[in-house]
Amino acid sequence: MDGEELTEQETALYDRQIRVWGADAQRRLSKSHILVSGLQGSVIEFCKNIVLAGVGSLTINDDRLVTEELLSANFLIPLDESVYSGRSIAELCCESLKDFNPMVRVSVEKGELSNFNVDFFGKFDAVIINCCSLATKKSVNEKCRKLLKRVAFYTVDCRDTCAEIFVDLQKYTYLKVRKGEEKFECLVEYPSFEEAISVHWKSLPKRVSKLYLAMRVIEKFEELEGRSPREISTTDLVNVQKLRRELCEAYCVSESLIPDHLLGRLLRGKTEFPPVCAIIGGILGQEVIKAISGKGDPLKNFFFFDAMDGTGLIEDISKAKTEG
Amino acid sequence: MVGAGGIGCELLKTLALSGFEDIHIIDMDTIEVSNLNRQFLFRKSHVGQSKAKVARDAVLKFRPHINITPYHANIKDPEFNVDFFRQFNVVLNGLDNLDARRHVNRLCLAASVPLIESGTTGFLGQVTVHVKGRTECYECQAKPAPKTYPVCTITSTPSKFVHCIVWAKELLFAKLFGDRNRENDLNVRSSDSSISSEQIDDVFERRMDENIEKYARRIYDHVFGYNIEVALSNEDTWKNRNRPRPIYSNDVIPAELIGQNGNLEKNSVLGDASSVSAMASLGLKNTQDIWSLKENSKVFFEAVRLFFAKRGKEVGNMIFDKDDQLAVEFVTAAANIRASSFGIPLHSLFEAKGIAGNIVHAVATTNAIIAGLIVIEAVKVLQNDTKSYRMTYCLQHPSRKMLLMPVEPFEPNKSCYVCSKTPLTLVVNTHRSKLRDVVDKIVKAKLGMNLPLIMHGSLLLYEVLAKLPSPVTGGTMLTVEDLQQELKCSINVEHREEFDEEKEPDGMILSGWSQPPLEENKDKTVVENGASTSAASVATSLGTEDDEIQVIPTQIGNKRKLSDISGSALSDHSSVTSETKFIREVEEIEDTDDLVMLDDGLSDSKKRREQ
Ligand SMILES: [Zn+2]
Repeated sequence: MDGEELTEQETALYDRQIRVWGADAQRRLSKSHILVSGLQGSVIEFCKNIVLAGVGSLTINDDRLVTEELLSANFLIPLDESVYSGRSIAELCCESLKDFNPMVRVSVEKGELSNFNVDFFGKFDAVIINCCSLATKKSVNEKCRKLLKRVAFYTVDCRDTCAEIFVDLQKYTYLKVRKGEEKFECLVEYPSFEEAISVHWKSLPKRVSKLYLAMRVIEKFEELEGRSPREISTTDLVNVQKLRRELCEAYCVSESLIPDHLLGRLLRGKTEFPPVCAIIGGILGQEVIKAISGKGDPLKNFFFFDAMDGTGLIEDISKAKTEG
Repeated sequence: MVGAGGIGCELLKTLALSGFEDIHIIDMDTIEVSNLNRQFLFRKSHVGQSKAKVARDAVLKFRPHINITPYHANIKDPEFNVDFFRQFNVVLNGLDNLDARRHVNRLCLAASVPLIESGTTGFLGQVTVHVKGRTECYECQAKPAPKTYPVCTITSTPSKFVHCIVWAKELLFAKLFGDRNRENDLNVRSSDSSISSEQIDDVFERRMDENIEKYARRIYDHVFGYNIEVALSNEDTWKNRNRPRPIYSNDVIPAELIGQNGNLEKNSVLGDASSVSAMASLGLKNTQDIWSLKENSKVFFEAVRLFFAKRGKEVGNMIFDKDDQLAVEFVTAAANIRASSFGIPLHSLFEAKGIAGNIVHAVATTNAIIAGLIVIEAVKVLQNDTKSYRMTYCLQHPSRKMLLMPVEPFEPNKSCYVCSKTPLTLVVNTHRSKLRDVVDKIVKAKLGMNLPLIMHGSLLLYEVLAKLPSPVTGGTMLTVEDLQQELKCSINVEHREEFDEEKEPDGMILSGWSQPPLEENKDKTVVENGASTSAASVATSLGTEDDEIQVIPTQIGNKRKLSDISGSALSDHSSVTSETKFIREVEEIEDTDDLVMLDDGLSDSKKRREQ
């Protein structure tokens, strides 16, 4: 294996989870470096999970100052304005995260996510970005893909009681373990975010999640209007519906695939719904742990959760598959 | 909230963030180091303190204006009676054992308070909603019985490592360091029973002035050498089995070498008894290493020596505890030596500890997901949105693309003795059985009652503290009542003269409630791989952590009786890998279904969407 053994202290602390994923996986975790950007509910939950799991380091990026809205699903920052004193949300979260597990190095990276260059992303094994514009999602994803080493890329988007996770592990090989069968090596090829969202709607998997389509409409709307995910509201519904019609006509699909009430909900959600954050942060944590440890079948390549019906759904949306 | 452990910490946080402002939380446990990897409200400096209290303080830091009332207490304490439960709008369980879950279920039924139940193990988890009269109660479905093993497999014919662990823990450890007056099946029943049991017992007694090392060797040679030879003499046993190999201490570690252990005294860890360790004094560091037969034998001798030298006062009344390092070392070594004898692969201390302590696999992420799902259901319960109640399964491998799978709750089971008051039947020898036995073996052990009263008509037959050995009479109906649980059920008594000692060791049979079949040899006398923390109750041996799955439903969706269907020829396709039988069954069922609208897989949500 990778040589170094876990210390007695690590074995005692991680006892229960080593029983789930084994000592090798724990060693790989403890050498991994994770970057997150956009410290809202789901990502806060994710940070907690991954720090508890014992990654090597976690770098957090979010220069925004604390607002009530930003704290709606945040359990890392004490509700005490005297401690804020002009510090960014990342700086405030950093302290609590360090406290969760002294064996993990947690640090703050200042700056605008879209300004970081390719080399910067090369320092990490996994990059998780939250609530970004379409352009930022594409560009960060492309930067990760330019590197020689594989950097796992994830985007998260929580709106109202709905959420989407996108995963790009590029070319990913792992040992597939099936009960009663031999282990075998398995190669999974992931499309980039840009490739995934440009799959023709006619070629999507049968009965694809409505959330996938609705998210694409909203994303496109924000891009056309030049607005950030936090700058839209239900007052935009009429225009979003108009865009939905255009897109559906262009792809020759029925508009009923994207119901009004779903669009309405996605536009409404400024404050986060903490239970959904917990669920998404949990799923994302598991996926990143899988990708780093090489243990377990990774999710390919979208995950959707809607608290209204309680379904947590995986969709595989990639050109290669649909063309074949 | 009942439980401030793995699920509890996540749940308290998510409830507080979601705007719940008056939360009561009960947990009898204190914080341990192995909790810290997932019970994120706790720090190392909190080890030893009350989970409920520390959890409260941690949550108040980010939500200072809400009310959280902690109780460092056992949910089964009498203060938590029906009146106590009535003050709540909903009860949320994040519990660690079947016993407590059943108890809370009954109190919630009695108080008419909705209950949301949960459990996780590894990446699997589930949340269920129990509302009196509307959905099934927690006990409507039979619960998996504790894993048990036939006595002869443990004493004579082990074939798996777990059999060796159970032998080392329940028999050898108990014999050497536990209560000597307890019945113990350690000795092989020889075909010629020329040796009386009295003589056998003497073997385990340390003789006056006997040197510890000599004693340890004598025990070693007896259980790993002599007993195996005796077992080998039962030729019939080995016709279709591999013959075990007797192991004698001199062959593994020659007598002169053991004397060298004397210098280990200096190396052994100083300080309190709980830190005494054979590994430390032998210089073994990694708990994940698999020791050789020789190393195991050294650990065996050193552990016995340390028990007598450093913890002599405890010898004679010890109960195996997974957090007792020396006990785990002893059990690991003894199990491995036995495994060598029977040609079973050896295991590391880390693995042995997991098996011996029934340690449930636990990760933070699953707990977080389950807590989120609990809060979603809790909100529906408070809104009385009864049509939207769901039980949700968190799967490791997607089923019909679903990782989180919601299912409509089932209706109450009409023959459930807990929520539907269906009478039970007890077959018993009314001439010989004592009421006391009925109370212990049936009313407490099987019906899970805490403080039962037995009535015959209006005549009180039994009060908890009275030791009244009144005979049970045939053809009569008894009423059994637990005033704390406010559970009352009727038992029809039937007489039968003879019971099969092997198959019916209780000497009485309860029917009218379904206990699930045990996985192995359900009809034999059994030895349990009991939980370390409690010797008292059968039910607690399901697990010692707060995170195990307890509910294994046998029905899915609107299909009743999953078990009937899963017996038919269903394709065992590649996604069927899951650890639990339940998950496998779900997937089998799901795969045979026609696909409807994908995100409308559940008929009710389909209707709602189309409205
Ligand atoms: Zn019931």
